[in-house]
Amino acid sequence: MKYHKDILEIIFHARGGQGAKTAAEILAQAAVLEGKFVQAFPSFGPERSGAPTKTYLRISDKAIRTKEPVIDPDAVIVLDETLLDSVKVTDGLDKNEALIVNTKKSAADISHKLNFKGKIYPVDANGISLEIIGQPRPNTVILGKIVKITEMVKLESVLAEFRKIFEAKIGKENCEKNVAAIEKAYDTV
Amino acid sequence: MIHSTKKLALTGGYAAALALKQIEPDVMPVYPITPQTPIIETYAKFCADGEAETEMIEVESEHSAMSAAVGASAAGARTVTATSSQGLALMNEILYIASGMRLPILMLVSARALSAPLNIHGDHSDVMGARDAGWIQIFCENSQEVYDKTIIGMKLAEKVKLPVMVIMDGFNTSHSVENLEVLDDKTVKKFVGEYRPEKHLLDIENPVTYGALALQNVYFEFKIDQEEAMGKAADEYEKITGEYEKISGRKYGLFEKYKTKEAEKILVIAGSAAGTAKDAVDELRKKGEKVGLLKIELFRPFPYKEISAALKNAKEIIVMDRSLSSGSKPAIYSEVLCSMYNVSSIKTSSIVYGLGGRDVFKKQIEQILEGKFNGNYLT
Repeated sequence: MKYHKDILEIIFHARGGQGAKTAAEILAQAAVLEGKFVQAFPSFGPERSGAPTKTYLRISDKAIRTKEPVIDPDAVIVLDETLLDSVKVTDGLDKNEALIVNTKKSAADISHKLNFKGKIYPVDANGISLEIIGQPRPNTVILGKIVKITEMVKLESVLAEFRKIFEAKIGKENCEKNVAAIEKAYDTV
Repeated sequence: MIHSTKKLALTGGYAAALALKQIEPDVMPVYPITPQTPIIETYAKFCADGEAETEMIEVESEHSAMSAAVGASAAGARTVTATSSQGLALMNEILYIASGMRLPILMLVSARALSAPLNIHGDHSDVMGARDAGWIQIFCENSQEVYDKTIIGMKLAEKVKLPVMVIMDGFNTSHSVENLEVLDDKTVKKFVGEYRPEKHLLDIENPVTYGALALQNVYFEFKIDQEEAMGKAADEYEKITGEYEKISGRKYGLFEKYKTKEAEKILVIAGSAAGTAKDAVDELRKKGEKVGLLKIELFRPFPYKEISAALKNAKEIIVMDRSLSSGSKPAIYSEVLCSMYNVSSIKTSSIVYGLGGRDVFKKQIEQILEGKFNGNYLT
């Protein structure tokens, strides 16, 4: 999948506290590193941990002026698969656009569950992060998959941005574990 | 000369905090409220990390925050604060004291709806409620404008001795990461200059009184003087934005005209939705529709004459307000009508949108401009 309109538009579905905003901001900053224009903003309801949230991300080669929420996404990211039961995550997605889900399930299972004929890319971001980082950090791990599928930015830019934000916060060793997990999610088929 | 700029992507709240850091305020009394929180949170981090030396005063309410700001400013300190919604409403009493004492306090407002019912989202009800409080009010469309107008606002406040509110839309701008270019610290410092108040309370060689009792004999004159200062503030704003353009390359004015030349229909709007509206205008221009946009930047003082000149050749003017003025016409619509009273042939209409954070879409604005929307409320 590549750009097919002026602005690449993404929606993240997650639950409050899962770090979708952080994930969107890392991608946005990575795009800025590449000289692109970005916009990332959350759609908060009442701010509370665990409630369904939507976060929007736009990336473009030209300045972005609109402030409207994304209604016609090119890709949708679902960080918490329990949302598949309660949120219409495929709204606005056509069969050529991508649904990326953090799950152990197969694409066929999700396609059947959602009755969605478009492209589905499952990634076990929880599993990968538990295995490599030792903690559930699906929001950063899934970045690898998003970059692989959407080609919105280069993987190196995401890793550079991740290191910039997190190395001082979580230490070099932990940071590199996260980087390895992002790379694994990128390489996972 | 345009100085070296750095390209970043920041939220409006962070952009405001960054500009404040470069301005180097002496005192910042604060009380947290959503969606202004990122401003003071970021600023507190700058202070904790030793990047800013401002004295932050954590008080127990916004009434106290503005009271402390009045005290600090009267004492001669460069003073800033930030708030939203109920916080601004709670400050109301002290807003008039700040302006009446001619104190150059700069306040960032992340504009939000007012209760009841309880709502934390973007809306202009809070700042419109303070529109007669004697503060200069400047609206921003995006993070870039928040950054630039924070710097411009500080210089303006100190120049005209009036408090200034720099307004961003709650969440839409305060929490949205967007590209912007920032100036280096030295350039901003030089532009704003060191604050040397003409008079202040700590100048014991030249004692002065602030907020003295002024009864039937002089109160009126005080208010006339204040009104004259407000009237002159627009010229000063234009002068300062002109100087700012020289160092930044970015041009601001009393308002922005977007494709208004030969436009038959002009939409008037303030804040973040102006960005969406520009896209709607472009879409309709592609179809050959003669539409344009006038984006309000300086709302207080309101530039009646200039707005009238900018709109007088239109056949139709549509004003979109993000607040209600209960029992009256919405605030911006009222001002536009007032500007146009002697150009009676123009059809005008008023639409209220986006209350309590309700999303506004490009398609909706297109429908409004195409005359396909009937009603006063874009819900």
